[in-house]
Amino acid sequence: PSSGATARIPWRPALSFSSSPFVTILHFLYKIMAVHGPFVKIHPVVLASIVDSYERRNEGASRVIGTLLGTADKHSVEVTNCFSVPHNESEDEVAVDMEFAKNMYELHKKVSPSEVIIGWYATGYDITEHSVLIHEYYSREAPNPIHMTVDTALQSNKMNIRAYVSSQMGVPGKTVGVMFTPLTIKYIYYDTERIGVDLLQRTRASPSRTNGLTTDLAQVASAAGHVQEMLSTMLSYIEDVLSGKVMADNSVGRYLMDLVNKVPKITAEDFESMLNSNINDLLMVTYLANLTQAQIALNEKLVVL
Amino acid sequence: MLTVFFDLWSDKKRSKISSVKTFSSSCVFVRLQVVLKIIKHYQEEGQGSEVVQGVLLGLVVEDRLEITNCFPFPQHTEDDVDFDEVQYQMEMMRSLRHVNIDHLHVGWYQSTYYGSFVSRALLDSQFSYQHAIEESVVLIYDPIKTAQGSLCLKAYRLTPKLMEICKEKDFSPEGLKKACIGYEHMFEEVPIVIKNSHLINVLLLDLQEKSTVADKHELLNLSSSNHLEKSLQLLMDRMDDMSQDIGKYNTYCRNLSKQQQQKQQYLQRRQQENAQRQSRGEPPLPEEDISKMFKPPQAPARMDTLLIAGQINNYCQNIKEFTSQNLGKLFMAEALQGHSS
Repeated sequence: PSSGATARIPWRPALSFSSSPFVTILHFLYKIMAVHGPFVKIHPVVLASIVDSYERRNEGASRVIGTLLGTADKHSVEVTNCFSVPHNESEDEVAVDMEFAKNMYELHKKVSPSEVIIGWYATGYDITEHSVLIHEYYSREAPNPIHMTVDTALQSNKMNIRAYVSSQMGVPGKTVGVMFTPLTIKYIYYDTERIGVDLLQRTRASPSRTNGLTTDLAQVASAAGHVQEMLSTMLSYIEDVLSGKVMADNSVGRYLMDLVNKVPKITAEDFESMLNSNINDLLMVTYLANLTQAQIALNEKLVVL
Repeated sequence: MLTVFFDLWSDKKRSKISSVKTFSSSCVFVRLQVVLKIIKHYQEEGQGSEVVQGVLLGLVVEDRLEITNCFPFPQHTEDDVDFDEVQYQMEMMRSLRHVNIDHLHVGWYQSTYYGSFVSRALLDSQFSYQHAIEESVVLIYDPIKTAQGSLCLKAYRLTPKLMEICKEKDFSPEGLKKACIGYEHMFEEVPIVIKNSHLINVLLLDLQEKSTVADKHELLNLSSSNHLEKSLQLLMDRMDDMSQDIGKYNTYCRNLSKQQQQKQQYLQRRQQENAQRQSRGEPPLPEEDISKMFKPPQAPARMDTLLIAGQINNYCQNIKEFTSQNLGKLFMAEALQGHSS
């Protein structure tokens, strides 16, 4: 990083809390004292970018940090974008390229002016003293910033994704420390995002982690197969209930009733006529499309003559 | 618009690109976050029939093109006259280099409205990209089709024949006839393969566990008339353009043949007069330059016709795909009713 723009933050020995009490406090406390409600909504694009920047980190860097962008309202915070910020971390100091962060934010703002800085992220499991210092910097950029950690080292065999808000604690006037209180995370998707992610889930299955995009009718077939799977799960549950293995749950029964009633009851002739007219429409359009294609092909050949 | 700043980059980047001259890649590898970013860009910034565009970054590995990142382009607003696209791009690339993101320009992406993207602007942009980097592609993202249930992302590249023609800028009928290029040979589609790292797979696993089951299965939606109506409307507009074009070409042909006839008649009259004069002993009339008298009519540009034909072809393909899907769904609905007819 360029020398003039980094901020050198010395490690302050006045902080009398070491890292382990942070973690224990986190595990105990669930009451939220922050301005934000308990929800943080994250879009999957943010997580994918974080994982990607972790994979591209510099040699020797154990973690990556970056800024989170999004929108915040009274009840929840929605994280929609992020970018990584180069930083250097060693035993006793932390250097973050804040000018870079500002520049990137300006550039991003040109594309989506409604996104604001709402916090920052770091990969790794714990919250260290350096995190506290970085968090202070971000508090200057955004009111009550969110800190998100993504455990890319897979410490507990899972990628733990957590979000925290900081609040003051301690004796006022004397040693004051910072406490990070966890927030609940919800993943939210736009409809199209959901469809994209569902498709990409299939890369998990293939050994080379690749997946092509399938053709039209095959997609309908796979969606139908999906529904069939769900139906068979339900059927096995119903059979269990009927044979007495599982206790009947009334709410589930009501849903089932709803489901069966959803198939509309139409007389056979009406349904035949509806079906036939729809099929005719579709066939006609297909025929016209084919005709059009033949026509332009002919036209082409005639011109060349 | 994209062509302007690309010239600045091409000189710098050319030295760093692999020097493969005749290139035909088998497929394009795309990462998860590129797909998600493109989806998000359209979702947040695109409205209606406006297109959103952006740049693709990645690298070339052996004969494959890998797209690893992308960044969006701001919309063109009228009140932002002094917005410098070149500077935006340069700054973005410079910043991304700091965080070790591949800063090689390998193409660009664009969203489309019901599949209408075959246009002169796209051709020009893609040509300038491909001219500098052989392997570049344009990713076309169709948000409306995606919203119907399946991700629709296609990668296109200009065929070598079309590249030749664009290079020579010879769009006359003779030029196109020489290259014998048809509307089907303008763009070649490159298959896209989604490739993810192991860590992304872990992330996907986590996401699947934590998110609720999708409650909208758009792919099994039975209603089709809306979509069909709009597609057919667009198709009809294009057909009108096409017929106008054909009309123009016909008049050109007619004019040309009329002119040929006139030329013949003139020559004949000339010969007759000369014969008469010779019989009377007078000197023959000087040979006039007939080409100056009968100027050949302007041949209409064939490129637009090609583009329109390509677009119509595209529309027809999309419509056929859509109808086949819907036919399948209708038969499923029939089975659900349980009426054995």
